[in-house]
Amino acid sequence: MADLLRPSVAIAAKDFLIEWRSRTALLSATVFAALVLVVFNFARDPASLSPVVLAPSVLWVTTTFAAMLTLNRAFMLERENEAGEALRLAPISPNAVFLGKYLANLAFVGVVDLVVLPLFVLFFNVDFGGVLLGLIGVIVLANLGFIAVGTLSSAMAVRTRFAELMLPVLLLPFLIPPLIGAVQATTRILAHRPLSELMGWLRLLGLYDIVFFTVCLLVFPSVSDE
Amino acid sequence: MIGSLAGSHRVIRNGMVITGIALAAMVGVYCLALLATPVEAHQGLAQKIVYIHAPAAWSALLSFSIVGIVSGLYLWLRDPRLDLFAEASADVGLVFSVGMLTTGPIWAKPIWGTWWTWDARLTLTLFLFFIFLGYRALRGAVQDRAERARFAAVIGILGMILVPFIHLSVYLFRTIHPQPILLKPSAPSLPPEMLRTLLASFGGFTLLYVGLVSVRYGLGLANEIREGGDAD
Repeated sequence: MADLLRPSVAIAAKDFLIEWRSRTALLSATVFAALVLVVFNFARDPASLSPVVLAPSVLWVTTTFAAMLTLNRAFMLERENEAGEALRLAPISPNAVFLGKYLANLAFVGVVDLVVLPLFVLFFNVDFGGVLLGLIGVIVLANLGFIAVGTLSSAMAVRTRFAELMLPVLLLPFLIPPLIGAVQATTRILAHRPLSELMGWLRLLGLYDIVFFTVCLLVFPSVSDE
Repeated sequence: MIGSLAGSHRVIRNGMVITGIALAAMVGVYCLALLATPVEAHQGLAQKIVYIHAPAAWSALLSFSIVGIVSGLYLWLRDPRLDLFAEASADVGLVFSVGMLTTGPIWAKPIWGTWWTWDARLTLTLFLFFIFLGYRALRGAVQDRAERARFAAVIGILGMILVPFIHLSVYLFRTIHPQPILLKPSAPSLPPEMLRTLLASFGGFTLLYVGLVSVRYGLGLANEIREGGDAD
């Protein structure tokens, strides 16, 4: 277990350091998310659709699209100076590489979400009083599975032509179950519904997380080997 | 080694024979459907489309399940023929999906009053179609043969696992928000003549799948051999 965790934490830390020094991916992802929120505001008729009705969908479309931008970065980074080759040659298991990239992606998407949430409150006038913890829980639950598939897909997409286009084409179908679950759960949380009404959705998200994380971890070596 | 050019040509020829038989059988099925099967009381002639729609859907699902299974086998055994077979099955599955997704709305407009609805089964098949379009796009975008096979196999497996999740999530979505219109298609049991015609059509479509996949697989094989490939 330590053999797997230590190198993966090192890889995640390396990605963080690179990002900290350049700040390009995170900055552009958060600016992108803020812009999408603004676009959404003007893409609805304010007279017929109140912002609160639209809020859960806006929140999820914004965060997932911004997440996709940051996912692209994970393996794009390794293309420079053939760094990916070095990672493959390193005496660590490919699963550790997956886990490291996964941890880094989770953290990056988490940072983007942290920026989006206050902007979301600001622009859409949503009352988070008493529901913030629940909302963060749903965000974490939705991200865990979706980012596992995203990490695996970006490892493949980066080695294709049109990498930036290939990732959404591969990934968006896999976004449907977590997106439906997260939007439904968010709607109920914002409406202060009892927990029993969202348990079904939370279970679906949890099951998705477990299944896809496990499968992605298991098949990642076949993606990375030469 | 994946075989000889003559061998691949034999596969193509056999496939063409099977496809021919399947097409002839389907002509028979449609004569049966139009001439010897009663017209459904409520839906009228529109119901006849089920003899194409349901078997096309069956063949599409069959194709995609086989892609998933063969992809798993490929990652395990790394036999390039398995990859070629998965590719053939995915291509044929896309063709059947197009058949299913076009006949569905044509039937739904007069019967349901709408071209499309986000019912669990409709959504599921639409996303299967999208996943395999992605599969196709991915295959086209990877140059290295072995890498293409591995990546495609991974998407084939993930796609198969995704299907029950999409079904479950859309099903939950719908049962919590019931539809105002009654969208349940036809009664559970069919008169024997209709059942006979439908089963015959299922048989014809399955045979068509076998024929088309053989031809496509043979073409892939011949292509691979011509490019000088003992893959992997």
